[in-house]
Amino acid sequence: MTSDPAMDLLMWARGPGFQIATVVLLFGIVLRIVEILALGRARDLAPPKASPAQSGLRTVFSRFLPRHGMAMRSPVIHIGGYLFHAGFFIVLLFFGPHIQLFEEGFGIGWPGLPSPLIEAVTVISMVALVAVLIARVRDPVRKLLSTFEDYAVWVVTFLPFLTGFMAVNKLGLPYTWMMALHVLSVELLMVVLPFTKLTHAVTFLFARYYNGWVNGRKGAAT
Amino acid sequence: MSHGRAGAPELKDSLGATPDALADVLRRRGVSRRAFLNYCSLLGALMALPPALVPRLAHALEGARRPSVIWLSFQECTGCTESLTRSHAPSVEDLIFQSISLDYHHTLQAASGAAAEAAREHAMKENAGKYLVVVDGSIPLANPGYSTIAGISNKDMLLDTARGAAAILAVGTCASYGGLPKADPNPTGAVAVADLITGKPVINIPGCPPIPVVITGVVAHFLAFGLPGLDDLGRPLAFFGERIHDRCYRRPFYDRGLFAHGFDDDGARKGWCLYKVGCKGPVAFNACATVKWNAGVSFPIEAGHPCLGCSQPDFWDGGDFYQTLAIPTENVAGLAMGAMAVGAGAGAAVSALNTAKRKTAKKAHETVTIENLEKPKEKAET
Ligand code: SF4
Repeated sequence: MTSDPAMDLLMWARGPGFQIATVVLLFGIVLRIVEILALGRARDLAPPKASPAQSGLRTVFSRFLPRHGMAMRSPVIHIGGYLFHAGFFIVLLFFGPHIQLFEEGFGIGWPGLPSPLIEAVTVISMVALVAVLIARVRDPVRKLLSTFEDYAVWVVTFLPFLTGFMAVNKLGLPYTWMMALHVLSVELLMVVLPFTKLTHAVTFLFARYYNGWVNGRKGAAT
Repeated sequence: MSHGRAGAPELKDSLGATPDALADVLRRRGVSRRAFLNYCSLLGALMALPPALVPRLAHALEGARRPSVIWLSFQECTGCTESLTRSHAPSVEDLIFQSISLDYHHTLQAASGAAAEAAREHAMKENAGKYLVVVDGSIPLANPGYSTIAGISNKDMLLDTARGAAAILAVGTCASYGGLPKADPNPTGAVAVADLITGKPVINIPGCPPIPVVITGVVAHFLAFGLPGLDDLGRPLAFFGERIHDRCYRRPFYDRGLFAHGFDDDGARKGWCLYKVGCKGPVAFNACATVKWNAGVSFPIEAGHPCLGCSQPDFWDGGDFYQTLAIPTENVAGLAMGAMAVGAGAGAAVSALNTAKRKTAKKAHETVTIENLEKPKEKAET
C-alpha cells in the first residue's frame, strides 16, 4: 500500500510512455512522407493545360467541402464526420490542460474554452463517432469494404474522448487511474497513427494537392 | 501531566487507571453538553452523516469507553503531533483528543527510557485487544539501527504493539505511504505501516500533516460506529472521498479557463485557478477545501499556493511541485529531433531500395512481341 499503482502508471505515461509515443509518431510520419515523396512520378511531357500548382492548392481547400450531391446520399457519414473532426480539434486545442501541454512543449499558449463547452463538444464528438460506426456496419457495401483496421482505428480514436470525459467527470475508476488511462490512450493513438489509415491526418495534404495538380495539368476542374 | 499547554492531551499520571466513559471525562473537564453536541454535529457534517444520525453519534460517543491509545513515532518530523496539539484551543478536536487515554507518546510524555516502555507494556496488557495504536512516521527496513526507541527497532516495536491492538491508525503520509523518507532513492528502505501489518485493520490518515479534526474525527467514528469505510488507499471515505479540486473555491476559474501563470501576475492577483502553477488538487483526495486549516482560517490554495497533493502516495516523487500533472515529466525535444532524423534516414533507405528494385526490374524487362506470344501456342500444337 506504500505506492499508488495509479500514480505509478500516470508517471510512466507522462515520462517514458510519452517519450516512446512521440518518437514513434514523428519517426513514422517522417518515414511515410519520405517514402511517398521518393516514389516519384514519371515525367509528363505534354504541356500543361492550366496551372497545376494553383489547381493543387485550390483542391487542398476545396475538398474540405463535400462533393456536390454526396452529402445528401449519406448524410450520417457526412454530418457525423464533420462533427467529429471539428470536435476533435476543438477539444484537443482549446481545453485548458491541453493548452498547458502545448505551452510546455512549444512555448506558446492561447486562451481556452470553458469546460462545460468542451464537455458538450466531447459528447457530440462521441455521439458522432458512434453514429458513423453504426452507419458503417448497417450498410452492406460499407460493411463489406471494412477491414479489421477500420474498426481498430475507430476504437483508438474513440478511447481518448471516452477516457478524458470519464476522468473529468470522475466516472468509472478513480481519477488518477482514468487520467493515466487517458494519457495512455492518446499515446496509443500517437503510436498507431503513422502506420494505419490515420496517417491521413498528414497525407491528406499531399493527396489533395497531387489530385488537384494532375487534374489541373489536364485542364480538368476539381 | 499536561505540559501546561491548553491543547495537550491528558496523559495518565498513574498506571492502570480504569477507563471511564467519555461522557464522564468530558464533564469533568468542564465541557458542556451543548459544546459536545456542537462538536457532534460538526463531525456529522464533516463526515456527511445524515442529520438523523447525529444524535446516534452523540449517544455512541458519550457511552464509549475512554480508549487507551499508544502513539508510536518512527521516522517522522513530529509535524503530525504538532498539527494535532497546536491546533487552535479550545478547539473541537481537543474535545476528543483530551479525553482519550494517551498511555504512551514519547514526545508528550514526561517519562523516558525504561519507565516509558513500562507504561507502553502495561497499557498493552491492561487493554489487550482493545487499545488503539497510532503511528506517525515510516519504518526503515534497510537497517533496523536507522531508527530505534529504547534500543528497540521501529519494526519490532510496531509488530509487538500491534499484536494486541483493536486497530492501527497510520497518521500522516509517512506512516500511511512512506512519505518523505521513502522518496526516491529511499535511503533507509522506508515502508508504510500497512506494508508490515497483516490481519489487523489499518486506517490511513495521510497528509503532511493531516488535518487535526480529521484525525480526531476518525477516532470518534471508530468509537461511535467502529471501522469507517475506506477507499482503495486505506483512507476513510468520510474525509477523503472528494478531491480538493471538487470543492475548491477557485474551481469556477478553472472551468472558465482562467489561470494564474505565475505567483505575481494579474491572474494570481485576481485569484484565478492555480492549475498552471502546478496545483495537484485534481488528484488529491483530502478535506482541506472544506474543513480548512487553523480553525477554519484558510488552506494553501486560498493562500495563493498550489496544492502539493500531500495526502497522496509518493507525492514527493510526482514530478515538479510547480508543474501540472498534464505535462510530460521528461524533455522530449531532443528525442523528437532524433526520431525525425532517423525517420528521414529510414525513409531514404527504403526509397533507395525501392528505386534499385525498380531499376533491376526495368533491366530484366524484355519486350514482348507477337512472336513471343505465339511461341507457346506453336509448341503446344506440335
Ligand atoms: S486551484 Fe487547484 S484545486 Fe482549485 S480549481 Fe484550480 S486546479 Fe482545481
